[in-house]
Amino acid sequence: MAIIPPGADPGQMDTAILPSETPEALEAAFAAAKSRGLLRRGWEVFAENKLALASLGAIVFMILFCFVGPLIYQTDQVHTNLSETLCHPSAAHPLGCDNVGYDLLGRLMVGGQTSLEVGFAAAIVAVLIGTLYGAFSGFIGGPIDSFLMRIVDAGLSIPYFMVVIILSVVFHPNKLIMIFIIAVFYWLGVARLVRGETLSLRTREYVQAVRVLGGRNSRAVVRHIVPNSIGTIIVQTTFAIADSILILAGLGFLGLGVQPPETDWGDMLSGGLTYLQSGTNYWWLIYPAGICIILTCIAFNFIGDALRDSFETRLQRR
Amino acid sequence: MTGFLIRRVLQSLLILFLVTVFTLALVHLFPGGPIKSLLGPRATPQQVAYYNHLYGFDQPFYVQYLKWIQQILSGNLGFSTKLNQSVSSLIAQDLPKTVILAVLALIVSLAFGIPLGIYQAVKRYTKGDYILTGISFLGYATPTFFVGLLLVEWFAIDIPLFPPFGPQGTTVADILSQPRALVLPVTAYAFVLYALWSRYMRSSVMDNLVQDYVRTARAKGASERRVLWGHVFRNSLMSIVTLLGLSLPTLVAGAIFIEVVFNYPGMGLAFYNAALNVDYQVLLGFTLIATIVTIAGNLAADVGYAVLDPRVRY
Repeated sequence: MAIIPPGADPGQMDTAILPSETPEALEAAFAAAKSRGLLRRGWEVFAENKLALASLGAIVFMILFCFVGPLIYQTDQVHTNLSETLCHPSAAHPLGCDNVGYDLLGRLMVGGQTSLEVGFAAAIVAVLIGTLYGAFSGFIGGPIDSFLMRIVDAGLSIPYFMVVIILSVVFHPNKLIMIFIIAVFYWLGVARLVRGETLSLRTREYVQAVRVLGGRNSRAVVRHIVPNSIGTIIVQTTFAIADSILILAGLGFLGLGVQPPETDWGDMLSGGLTYLQSGTNYWWLIYPAGICIILTCIAFNFIGDALRDSFETRLQRR
Repeated sequence: MTGFLIRRVLQSLLILFLVTVFTLALVHLFPGGPIKSLLGPRATPQQVAYYNHLYGFDQPFYVQYLKWIQQILSGNLGFSTKLNQSVSSLIAQDLPKTVILAVLALIVSLAFGIPLGIYQAVKRYTKGDYILTGISFLGYATPTFFVGLLLVEWFAIDIPLFPPFGPQGTTVADILSQPRALVLPVTAYAFVLYALWSRYMRSSVMDNLVQDYVRTARAKGASERRVLWGHVFRNSLMSIVTLLGLSLPTLVAGAIFIEVVFNYPGMGLAFYNAALNVDYQVLLGFTLIATIVTIAGNLAADVGYAVLDPRVRY
């Protein structure tokens, strides 16, 4: 048995494998080396991008801050404390308190949990649905495809925020419903994009081969078309996370997001608006939550850009 | 061209049909149905049944749909029981104010976005390009309402140059008579749109700069200025025209947040208040109008593109 050295360059594979190899072992070895090669080369391009690395660091920091932070910095985020309403930043409350006396640093962590959880989950749900819908629609083609795409067009022509606001009014959302509300229209854009990708992939030889060999359509889509558009899909997921966090923040700001005592970064900002309009300077109600939103969304945008580059470069090097 | 036009219009009609069906279906999503949400939690089942019958909500969906379409076609978009005002009069009152806000923001954002986008493409990968790219990214990642909040914090509270509110009043003349109050809402709105245009213009100009016609123009001895403004600029502008038609949903969403932050009395604020009051007729009427405008905008963008660019033939 030939031993494939870890991280072997796929180009050297031919010399490493002897003709006496069993087909299964050969296949497995090839798959291992190939996936390692793809990921590694992708990662190398990604790692060259300093901005993307910094963004990745920022997101890891945010996740730690929101999910591990409350274990270290413990605050009561369920009961209001009216004696400390709008208290200024001090040693006891590094970022001050909000209009019902919640400690803002602790609130930032709790709100961040909602923002990140909903952002990730909504993006994944939307991309999953959009990918399957778009891939099947593009693969089937013909009148069914054009009808399915008209449904997408119809959904996309309803201004997104209007319908999302209506849905929030109807459902009085918690985290789970929020994920559904954000994803239920977001997948349309993904579907359109993946369909475009599918149209170019469905004429490739390996997809034709599945048909000739009698494979079902679902096999061609799930095993061949989706894996081959994985670059587009991952990049889209990254942008979708940033978008979902922004949408959630928007709804929270309008007071239509998750219900108290739960909160999210946008919801925290809506308190700031009330006090700004009264002309008083409670800056700690605005900056921390706003900076968290911007930092997270910008980081995801940079990562998405870098991923797109790394997938493209990988293709160029081939 | 005629074939393309007919096909495109038919497509739009099909989309319109799907959208209206969906919008009417939304009514039935309201907890306990539309009447229950209108009458409140204390309504007796008899009352709900009575009004359901009165408004025809007990009939089959397709009957409701046909009646509703008939009603809309005769210009009746519904009636706001909370405001005691018809939805169409509400739109007639608030839409012009939103249009003022949007058009001003569009002008300002295009005035910055187009030249700076071109500058970025010409001086690509220089320090200036990176700084402007950073600003655009900031525009993408910053929620519209937060831009508004920051402007209020900086220019109304820290340095009290402008009022923290937008202009108040019911008529367009009222709005226009308070130009100082318009500055912050328009700036906030324009910043968000600027990110869109400048980014788009940059990539569009960069795409065009490597086209063959640019090389031809240079080979014929055209000055760099002539190449840029006579050839590249005009070609890039075309895609901005398309983008304008497609950006209507962005404009609508932007208006909601800007108007809420600045308490600006336009359609966005009215929509938001209707959402808080569960005034479903207003919500549906506004959504329908915004959707129709969007579909029309997409259609205009497609047709406009085909007319402007002789290379595009469907």
